[in-house]
Amino acid sequence: MSRTAKILSIAFIALWALIALAPSVLAPGDPLAVNPAEAFQAPGTTHFFGTDESGRDIYTRVIHGARDSLAIGLAATALGMGLAIVLGTVAALSPRWLDEIILRVLEALYAIPSLLMALLIIAFTGPGVGPAIVAVGLSTAPGYARLVRSQIRTLKSSEMLEAATVLGRGTWLRVRNHLVPNALKPLLALVTLGIGQAVIWAAALSFLGLGTPPPAPEWGAMLSAGRTYLHLAWWMSLFPGLAIVFVAAGATLIGRALGGKARTT
Amino acid sequence: MGTIAWAGRKIGGALVVLWLVATAIFIAIRLIPGDPAEAIMGGPGSQASAEALAAARAEYGLDRPLIAQYLMYLGKLATCDFGTSYSLKQPVIGIMGEVLPNTLWLALLALAAAWVLSLCFAAQAMRANRVGAWVGNIVEIIAAAVPHFWLGAVLIMFFSSMLGWLPAVDNGTTQGLVLPVLTLALPLAGFLTQLMRDSLSYAMSSQFALAARARGESRLAVFWRHGLRHAALPALGLTGWAFSSLLSGAVVVEAVFARPGLGRSLLSAVLARDIPMVTGIALFSALVYIVVMAITEGLERAIDPAGASS
Repeated sequence: MSRTAKILSIAFIALWALIALAPSVLAPGDPLAVNPAEAFQAPGTTHFFGTDESGRDIYTRVIHGARDSLAIGLAATALGMGLAIVLGTVAALSPRWLDEIILRVLEALYAIPSLLMALLIIAFTGPGVGPAIVAVGLSTAPGYARLVRSQIRTLKSSEMLEAATVLGRGTWLRVRNHLVPNALKPLLALVTLGIGQAVIWAAALSFLGLGTPPPAPEWGAMLSAGRTYLHLAWWMSLFPGLAIVFVAAGATLIGRALGGKARTT
Repeated sequence: MGTIAWAGRKIGGALVVLWLVATAIFIAIRLIPGDPAEAIMGGPGSQASAEALAAARAEYGLDRPLIAQYLMYLGKLATCDFGTSYSLKQPVIGIMGEVLPNTLWLALLALAAAWVLSLCFAAQAMRANRVGAWVGNIVEIIAAAVPHFWLGAVLIMFFSSMLGWLPAVDNGTTQGLVLPVLTLALPLAGFLTQLMRDSLSYAMSSQFALAARARGESRLAVFWRHGLRHAALPALGLTGWAFSSLLSGAVVVEAVFARPGLGRSLLSAVLARDIPMVTGIALFSALVYIVVMAITEGLERAIDPAGASS
């Protein structure tokens, strides 16, 4: 990664960490404060991003919404990745028949489109933030798991591992100290890309009315509310969407920069 | 491996995957806390009467041993019987048949549009200078990062509300299809272009491209004859994934444009907790994915003779 890319990535992550952890620093107002007299104000100096149908400030809501949207995206990616590491590692190190079974299960999970899988899970659990995290996490797991498996299979026959075996390291030590960390390095870029996608999917679920319920300031839910007033108040839809694009595109850029690093070293 | 053996292996694998999906759904229905009959009737909130619960139990054979229930469930699926929708009181297969052409048409058009767009982008990127390449790069990344539901809203805002060129709601005309197709196609085009550009620049700087240039072929001819084929192959391999992501996108796009289709039926089924309907659509999409994968693998096999032995 070049120096500039590194600085930009760190600045990007720091900015979102600040917004998510201390939104009041940038937006001191109350994201839920209703003020009917100021409904549908266009963007201006008092309301940078305008106001919604109840006169709530969109800028404040977008900033305060970052925590929910990012937390869902991060939690879902962590869940998907955790499952993938377990499944992928077990598959790669198991005897052929078990590997074959896990592969088939992954293929079956992969065959159902992500959002459909999420909807399937929500059909059973009912809507909500928890189900949305589980749904997005589970739907991303099979893709990651396949990669973990192929990474570990390549590493399994590497000289580094042979050395560890010769030195008499036990199976668990070898898996923990050599296989998993080395398999994860190239996955880091992928996870970064995945976080952007997870934020989008989580927002999509809220948009469809299956994630964070209104009036919480979540980006997808805000977009869903804005859709009704599209012809009247375009700013209600524009700004939450821009926030999602900004996060997802930023995650993609960082992921690519990390990917570049993984290729060259 | 011969073609027949290959096809047999593919069909066998597809059946195993479908069986696993069906089994997973069966287990999921069992895992719902509480009475499965109540879950089938729409959860504890549905206040189903004792007779209705007994009827559901009898219909799904819930009074029989688990293994018998499982076999009955698989037997029904094998004959394409997905049961009766609880919210619409019609056979699931019939409802799916009605809305399916809408969604398939939308997805196929979007796939075609995404291919055309990404080929154009990739070709453009070949000729671009440093600044142009940088801009192209940013455009691709943003295109791939745009959520469907927002892109749809922005397109409606621009082309319907401001310019009045295209209808905001899908009214069944060709004009009504433009915005939904674009909404689905643009993010996919972003992904495909990223992929194509890498393989394209590799192909165009390779020995055979140089040889073709040395034979006196123009840069454009080399691009059409050699570069494109190499750029298209990896993207073609992703068609199964692309189709599956289009089906996901269709759920959102159909909601945004109020367009009847599989995605919209699925969404209302999920909101109504209509398990048979949801199960049917999920199984069907898995089937579509498997079929598309088999077709693309077959195509790759046909195009690339080196792959026939592996």
